[in-house]
Amino acid sequence: MRLTRSDHGAGWLFVLPATLLIVGFGLIPIGWALLLSFQSSDFVSPPKWVGLANYRALASDPDFRSAIVRTLVYTALFVPITVLGGLAVAAVLNAKVRFISIYRTAVFIPVACSTVATAIIFNWLLEPTFGVVNWVLSWIGLGPFGFFENPDQSLASVVLMTSWGWIGFNAIVYLAALQGIPRELLEAASLDGAGQFKTFRRIVWPLLGPATLFLVVWSSINALQVFDEIYVTTRGGPLQSTTVVVYYLFQQAFQFFAAGYGAAIAYVLFVAILALTILQLWVAKRRVHYSS
Amino acid sequence: MNDEATSRLRLPFSPAHLILVPLALVMVTPLAWMVMTSIQTPDEARHFPPVLPSGIHWQNYTDAIHAAPFGRFFLNTTLVTGAAVLGNLVLCSLAGYAFARLRFFGRDVLFVLLLATLMIPFQVVMIPIFLIMRNLGLVDSLGALILPNLVTPFGIFLMRQFFRTLPIELEEAARLDGCSRLRTLIRIVLPLSGPALATLAVITFLWNWNDFLWPLVVIQSEHNMTLQLGLSTFQGAHSTAWTLLMAGNVLAVVPMLLVFLLAQRQFIDSIASAGVTG
Repeated sequence: MRLTRSDHGAGWLFVLPATLLIVGFGLIPIGWALLLSFQSSDFVSPPKWVGLANYRALASDPDFRSAIVRTLVYTALFVPITVLGGLAVAAVLNAKVRFISIYRTAVFIPVACSTVATAIIFNWLLEPTFGVVNWVLSWIGLGPFGFFENPDQSLASVVLMTSWGWIGFNAIVYLAALQGIPRELLEAASLDGAGQFKTFRRIVWPLLGPATLFLVVWSSINALQVFDEIYVTTRGGPLQSTTVVVYYLFQQAFQFFAAGYGAAIAYVLFVAILALTILQLWVAKRRVHYSS
Repeated sequence: MNDEATSRLRLPFSPAHLILVPLALVMVTPLAWMVMTSIQTPDEARHFPPVLPSGIHWQNYTDAIHAAPFGRFFLNTTLVTGAAVLGNLVLCSLAGYAFARLRFFGRDVLFVLLLATLMIPFQVVMIPIFLIMRNLGLVDSLGALILPNLVTPFGIFLMRQFFRTLPIELEEAARLDGCSRLRTLIRIVLPLSGPALATLAVITFLWNWNDFLWPLVVIQSEHNMTLQLGLSTFQGAHSTAWTLLMAGNVLAVVPMLLVFLLAQRQFIDSIASAGVTG
């Protein structure tokens, strides 16, 4: 088909509003953030060019290093728990039993609960003196735990809380993927004498590949950016035990007004997320097969 | 013998329930506990071991409404979320359609460029966006919450992918009948795009309704706060008044829970299909 003038005009008119917004709130800021990371700025006085000084300071900042370690520990706990947990939950919810839609609703309902509301609920459930979780644990002779108030337990408590909030989301994605597996395949495997474990290992798990890849990438990105639940429960404490990278970035930029330093932290985070995502996609390329 | 043992052990219900019941309890109890505490007296809440409420102590709710303007928070969140959903439906449809069907100069380069911004985490651009808002004089206004969320590269991608699956013959027929591109989109294409538009609306709704970090950075006055920010501020001011906090939390959570329960099918399909697209 020949290009017509109206196509050029209509095409640009159609994409113009979206393009302007994405340029203004995506492309310009990403360039500006890079520029800022080479500057010293307190949001008020004119920024000064400092070259690599922010990045050099970051490299020898022990608080930043600890924040990275905590974020990685959090990610290493959160991703397997929510992805494998989501799969286990989806497998159970795929059962054809009575009341299954009620069970599904019960499991999915935390998805509708915001991060802030979740954090306020868990502040109360995990309250060391009056909280219900310490009471329940005392039945089996455990505790009492300090949870958010104990620096050795605070990060694990955050994982517990965010896992409750996210597992339903992962279960939704996995349940849809499980239901998309053709029944004939499973019947054929069973006719060929494959046991349940073998069927899962050889047929179900490979077919879930795209869903697993999406969830691993998506949960990792979310874990590296965790902030809301920590802000509402521990404010990075006690003794900085839950100060993750984004919390540290927020503190530096919007509490200490070190915009340039904050931008440098943001860029390190950006590169780390990009690198991890590319690594995951690269590993997946050899293993995940997309049907159709 | 063996047969007899199994038949004696046979449960009157499927063994799946033995896993499903505890699982459902673990997921629902936190919410039920929140509701329970919200109707207790402060003394009941601070009782260990925990006790059931002796009656319904509605005063927590009136106290919560007096302590913070939850109605205002709700209105602000509805405005911001509504604008974002509307903006995404209109702008992503327009852009997605152009990228799917129209041929125009620079189309493919522009598409890749816009799609690349999908990889940018919000935290990375947050400081410059704050500076932009300050230059526009929008800090501490609802405009600052709406403007950056009116369109998403994800939405453009989603709509483009969907439009490409539609049979082109209908559109060609409309064009031959003299329909303009815009009219073809509105009259022919969009009526066929219900599922994609619903997915986009649900995802945008969830994302904006629950957004916290950006409001925390850019909003200061109470009358401009969203539900999430207002709730967090309320929590900071009453950090150990558990009955009051839970009442406030119920007020903030219930509208979303109702929407979720009423439109559960829609939510689940949207999340599942976003998972497949992403």
